[in-house]
Amino acid sequence: MVGIVSYGAYIPIWRISRDLLSKGAPGERSVAGKDEDSLTMAVAAAQNCLKDFDRESIDGVLFASTTSPFREKCAASTIAAALDLRRDIFTTDFANSLRAGTSALKAALSMVKSGMARQVLVTAADCRLGPPGSVFEQTFGDGAAAVLVGMEGLIADFEGDFSITDEIYDVWRRDIDLYVNSWEDRFIFLHGYQAVLSEVISGLMKKMGVEPKDVRKAVLPAPDLRRVMDLARALGFDPKTQLQDPLIDNVGNTGAAQPLMLLAAALEEASPEDRILLAGYGNGGDAFIFKVRAEIKKIDSKWRGVKSYLQRKKHVPDYATYLMWRKLVLTPPPRVPMSVSYPSATAIWRERKRIYSLHGVRCKVCGTIQYPPQRVCIKCRAKDNFEEVGLGGRRGKLFTYSFDFIRGNVPIGIVNLEGGGRLFLELTDVESGDIKIDMPVELVFRRLDLWREDGIYGYFWKAAPARD
Amino acid sequence: MPGVKDKVAIIGMGCTRFSEHWDKSVNDLIVEACYEAFEDAGIEPKDIQAAWIATAWSGELGRTLAYPLKLNFIPVTRVENRCASGHDAFINACYAVACGAFDVVLVCGAEKLKDTGLPIPGDYNPTTLYTSRVDTGYLPVTAWAMFALRYFHHYGIPIEEGRRILSKIAVKNHFNGYLAPKAQFRRRITLEEALKAPIIAWPLGLYDCCGIADGAAAAILVRADLARNYRDDYVLVKGVGMSTGVYQGQIMDDFPLAYIEENFRASRMAYKEAGIENPRKQLDLAEVHDCFTIHELVIYEDLGFSPRGKAKEDVENGTFELKGELPVNTDGGLKCFGHPLGATGLRMIYEVYKQLQGKADQRQVEIRNQRGLTHTCGGTPIDAQTAAVAILGLRGV
Repeated sequence: MVGIVSYGAYIPIWRISRDLLSKGAPGERSVAGKDEDSLTMAVAAAQNCLKDFDRESIDGVLFASTTSPFREKCAASTIAAALDLRRDIFTTDFANSLRAGTSALKAALSMVKSGMARQVLVTAADCRLGPPGSVFEQTFGDGAAAVLVGMEGLIADFEGDFSITDEIYDVWRRDIDLYVNSWEDRFIFLHGYQAVLSEVISGLMKKMGVEPKDVRKAVLPAPDLRRVMDLARALGFDPKTQLQDPLIDNVGNTGAAQPLMLLAAALEEASPEDRILLAGYGNGGDAFIFKVRAEIKKIDSKWRGVKSYLQRKKHVPDYATYLMWRKLVLTPPPRVPMSVSYPSATAIWRERKRIYSLHGVRCKVCGTIQYPPQRVCIKCRAKDNFEEVGLGGRRGKLFTYSFDFIRGNVPIGIVNLEGGGRLFLELTDVESGDIKIDMPVELVFRRLDLWREDGIYGYFWKAAPARD
Repeated sequence: MPGVKDKVAIIGMGCTRFSEHWDKSVNDLIVEACYEAFEDAGIEPKDIQAAWIATAWSGELGRTLAYPLKLNFIPVTRVENRCASGHDAFINACYAVACGAFDVVLVCGAEKLKDTGLPIPGDYNPTTLYTSRVDTGYLPVTAWAMFALRYFHHYGIPIEEGRRILSKIAVKNHFNGYLAPKAQFRRRITLEEALKAPIIAWPLGLYDCCGIADGAAAAILVRADLARNYRDDYVLVKGVGMSTGVYQGQIMDDFPLAYIEENFRASRMAYKEAGIENPRKQLDLAEVHDCFTIHELVIYEDLGFSPRGKAKEDVENGTFELKGELPVNTDGGLKCFGHPLGATGLRMIYEVYKQLQGKADQRQVEIRNQRGLTHTCGGTPIDAQTAAVAILGLRGV
């Protein structure tokens, strides 16, 4: 049997009140931090998904997003490196459709079912831009989700699927567009979203012989609350009891990540024997039925589902901050003459283990963990006698800290890790007044704010306040 | 191990004013400092047999010195050890003279910083080891602020109390700098002014930070047995020491960041050579590397002037003030005299040289032990520093 082994959602800590985007607009939406993008959010979701799991049998990583930081460069390979996975695995990106998340899931199920892979990790993330002042800007949210597909240790069985393809301009971005375009509201709802999802979901239920009453939760993509409720009703579901809360009010529409994030939310609350219907939409539709197993009770749902993330939040202070974070308003770099150099792709390649996988070394003679990796032990001076040790995602305590005023009081600090080792890092997801010596922190994978990029996005680990 | 003690004599010194010399190039500063030294020593440039030029960022190669002075095709070594460059050049010149390779040499330190601001290479990140540019950048002030917070935490000093102690050091150095004609900042400040100054990197405020200046200083060294041919009040090198760290504070998870190991090691190397057992009692003055007030505070402990964790009590008691038990930074230190990196070590030697000769005017300290200490330290406490110490004295000690 093929199915779901684990799941993990990720919602950034930041929210912006919709009132700041349009006076009187209700609720809030999630906002990726200044140092987050779809790639880093996918890593965070994957870390949640893989917590307490061995990573050795993961034979593939799929990354689904319409907002990959790269047009030409495989983000899944970066994600696999950040997760410190084996080299002999399959990685690829699914893109260009809000359906990318469910399409990647379908590919993963096929890979495992066919025996091509033992486990495949599906990650999906989005960080879409609505034009400033638009309704999209208010309804979009940023976030990610991951699903581990396998054959053993399942928490939910995959029972069946159905897909259709469809050609329409409803929401789209051309290769030159920064913001999402859309056609007239009523047209795209009637002939796009509602028509296609009705067709694919009815088709699946008919194929499987499943009635609406047999479905415990319908996990449906939701551009907004009203449309998804109308759709659920039209399909014969009771929107109050059977529709998975689409998190429109407090997170927003997280694009390609939305179906998998809502699936994680459904699994977080699922009981054994529950049947979950999942659908994705975007120039066609994918639909799946999963049946929850008793093993669902064994998995630690905290920080896997969305509940803890909905509680954990900080508010973006104003719209200008949001615009600067998304680089829609550019500020000149600080003036420190003759002091800026470009990142070297050669150096990044050479140091990829210590950068992406955050490998340090442990001295085989004296046991001291050291980062970055050394040739000669700082403690006992033994030469070339180390074993590598992955430090990504570890927790620790803040040893000391300060603020770099040149870059606008960016907090930086020294962290002593649980299990040994010391790192000097930037701090993130924290406000200056909340930083204290000895505060618990955890290492998170983030994008760097380089003054001069030379076409390169730097990625590295930072320390964030530890989640409890 | 034969050292340099009593084998090398300083027979002449020069120092420009340390300032924002908008109208002077590094060549102008070098010519001014070196010609003052030539005149003080009573020699001609042609008498120089070898030379060292210390500069962190204001020139490459020995030509940085040879070209402005038109030295006559002699050996010239360019030395870079960040803020310890001046001492490093001085120490290497001492080794060359002590071993008999040369009789008369010139050491010059020079820096021109105000054209560009402080140019620290590579996203102002001292960790230039890594060109992948993923490691976080930081300024010296940020690193020292991290050290200060940890130092206060280590000894249970409330931050506000710690800030007041640091401000007292700034007030002392401003008092001394007011009396030094060649200092960059010649203005007395009050404790309240220091405490209320803008924060640069918490908990360090404006007056906890030294001034970035342009300047040059120079020394003429000769074999000690030749010194009397030039002057009676020559000053002897009594001991030198250097130590370089290995990123212990950033890598070793048990390293406390409550002291500077490099300072401790460099000073003990110099004390051993100079025969000093109790620096607080055996020195008349010390010029130390107060790039930030927190550094001066911990130097008192690293160099053995105060017991560990007790420097604040000595600050409260005025131990290191001009009329105190051991005056420190009698010319205002880096804080007020200014800090043109490569020149700073030689500026300190200049001050001790003048003090030992009794030529320090209003800042003159009582010369009882005939010995003074100078100390610089390049780098920051969260990376790997180079600390250097030179102890100078008169004949017969």
